[in-house]
Amino acid sequence: MLLRSVDDSQINTVFPNTFEEYKKWDKEKDELPPEEVYKALFQELAYGEKVQVGRALTRMNYSKSGWKSLIKKTSRAIKKVVKKDEFPDSYKEFFIETNEKWADPTYWYAMGQMVNNQTSIYYWNAIDRTFDQELNVVQQEEDRRVYVQTWLKTLKVSIYVTLFCLILGFPVAHLLANLPLRYSNLLMIFVLLPFWTSLLVRTTAWIVMLQQKGVINGVLVWLGILSDDGRIAMVYNETGTLIAMTQILLPFMILPLYSVMRVIPKSHMRAAQNLGAKPVMAFWRVYLPQTIPGMSAGGLLVFVLAIGYFITPELVGGKDGKLIGSWIAYHLKTTLNWGLTAALGAILLGFMLIFYWLYNKIVGIDNIKLG
Amino acid sequence: MALPTYATPIQRTYYYAYLFFCAVVFFFLVAPLIAIVPISFSESPFMVFTEGMLAWPPDPEAWSLRWYRNMIGDCSAEVVSSTVPCSTKWMRGTVNSFYIGIIATFIATVLGTMAALGLSRPHMPYKALIMSILISPMIVPLIITAAGMFFFYARINLVYTFTGVILAHVALATPFVVITVTATLVGFDMNMVKAAQSLGAKPMRTFFKVIMPLILPGIISGALFAFITSFDEVVIVMFMASIDQLTIPKQMWAGIRQEISPVILCMATCLVILSIVLLTTVELLRRRAERLRGIKAR
Repeated sequence: MLLRSVDDSQINTVFPNTFEEYKKWDKEKDELPPEEVYKALFQELAYGEKVQVGRALTRMNYSKSGWKSLIKKTSRAIKKVVKKDEFPDSYKEFFIETNEKWADPTYWYAMGQMVNNQTSIYYWNAIDRTFDQELNVVQQEEDRRVYVQTWLKTLKVSIYVTLFCLILGFPVAHLLANLPLRYSNLLMIFVLLPFWTSLLVRTTAWIVMLQQKGVINGVLVWLGILSDDGRIAMVYNETGTLIAMTQILLPFMILPLYSVMRVIPKSHMRAAQNLGAKPVMAFWRVYLPQTIPGMSAGGLLVFVLAIGYFITPELVGGKDGKLIGSWIAYHLKTTLNWGLTAALGAILLGFMLIFYWLYNKIVGIDNIKLG
Repeated sequence: MALPTYATPIQRTYYYAYLFFCAVVFFFLVAPLIAIVPISFSESPFMVFTEGMLAWPPDPEAWSLRWYRNMIGDCSAEVVSSTVPCSTKWMRGTVNSFYIGIIATFIATVLGTMAALGLSRPHMPYKALIMSILISPMIVPLIITAAGMFFFYARINLVYTFTGVILAHVALATPFVVITVTATLVGFDMNMVKAAQSLGAKPMRTFFKVIMPLILPGIISGALFAFITSFDEVVIVMFMASIDQLTIPKQMWAGIRQEISPVILCMATCLVILSIVLLTTVELLRRRAERLRGIKAR
């Protein structure tokens, strides 16, 4: 996958001679590339394999939109000429005659991005940057900037989910850890049941709960808190994503916290209070520091899982709940822009490895426990 | 954890607030799963509580099994609704899910147990490194694993085949087996292996006669984890499977996106029941293992 994110050789196998000639073009001296470039392109378009050329065109469109239709039109014209066996005297003039866009140097500049076998364009695209004529990195046009925003949103949602899980999970883990085992085992089922249930089932369940005619809105209307037409839209937006993801990831927070809290001796709190600390003080100074390993383990686990989440945001999130995972899936399945897919994935993987390393430092990877 | 008799009123308030908060969280965890069960028995083609269902005394007209009959592929006249398509897809999905799940579980269990045995040896070189690589599919987001596998499997022509899906699921499920079996091996007395070997047992025989019976609970719960991982997996299936490898999660995914119908809830109810069964089994096995290891309940 990492190779794929910088790979640009496919197009090079289609237009090898054109690119070879292109590299000889002195941009300072001539405004347009020399005759040889046009000639090579003519031949490669005339005799190239159709499927291969098609794929290369898709790649060319990533660097500048308009390439695809331009080449397609030209290629039709070329085929006509070849059939009649009337080769033009000047290939350059022939091209410009077919379509005046060939006289526009910006297209030729865009080709410069592709002449090498490796490219970093996908990585720049993944953070809303692109190349300009001189191959400098510049911001993408305003209306094409989506990824930075999505990265930030993914980060924001993950942080919120982690915080919510911590707030909700901490008291529950505390209760479970301090109850007699008979009761806590029973209550543990409430935590483990969602953990074992299919992710899709839980996501569906949240759609049922949160939708306009759903259970929660129904109860609120019935209680008279909301009027019948004042039902809140809780699903297919960011709120829905947050609620559903918190519930789905909560067990991952409770379980590590629980296993840490269970071994903290109860006598510590009593000793602190015996020494004159108020309960709040005793909790803050004595109990809380001892739970930090559990909190960091649970927090990191939830955060790491949340950042790569894809199914729930895709189903519950609607349009503005889309996270980075959705884009990866979209490019992999729909646009088939695999270079960009791989670049987005590689960046996400980079994030992951940092957190993975942190997790290993703090808790140790072999301390992962299930159930 | 009961409140001491000398607690002040403020402490009492805090304590009850705390209990109430925990109750709310437990409710939050389980309520959605419970809510879907009655709706799956509804008569209406929408995923809502109808008025008839909430009426008292209960209105028998509002309840029906029609969506369950739809799910098992019974498309007779009283089942079919204009908004809900009826097909055998759900049943095909179930068959495929079990087929893929069982084979993947078997391979993952064998591989995972062997890995755990090796990693538990005291003199295993690069233990930490191997462990982190083995566990990585659990931590790396599924979407990345899926994308990477797709590129790799596309190159060796395994995309859109059962073999490809099963192999991908094996990779995802193995870490779970490794973890559970390693956990069981912590309490395992390695002297027993030496004893068996000194009595003349070959390594294979030692494994099947001595090691395996003792770590069986760990292996079984690992296998169950592996099974549920494969059974519940949708991202990989979405990319790597064609229509022939339709599984329950994939069909559910399609259902949620296109035709929101109570049939999804019927399947969801079945899956909740399945997970209760699996959860109980794992819990019983865990208790048995703890009893054997002599850890007393506090």
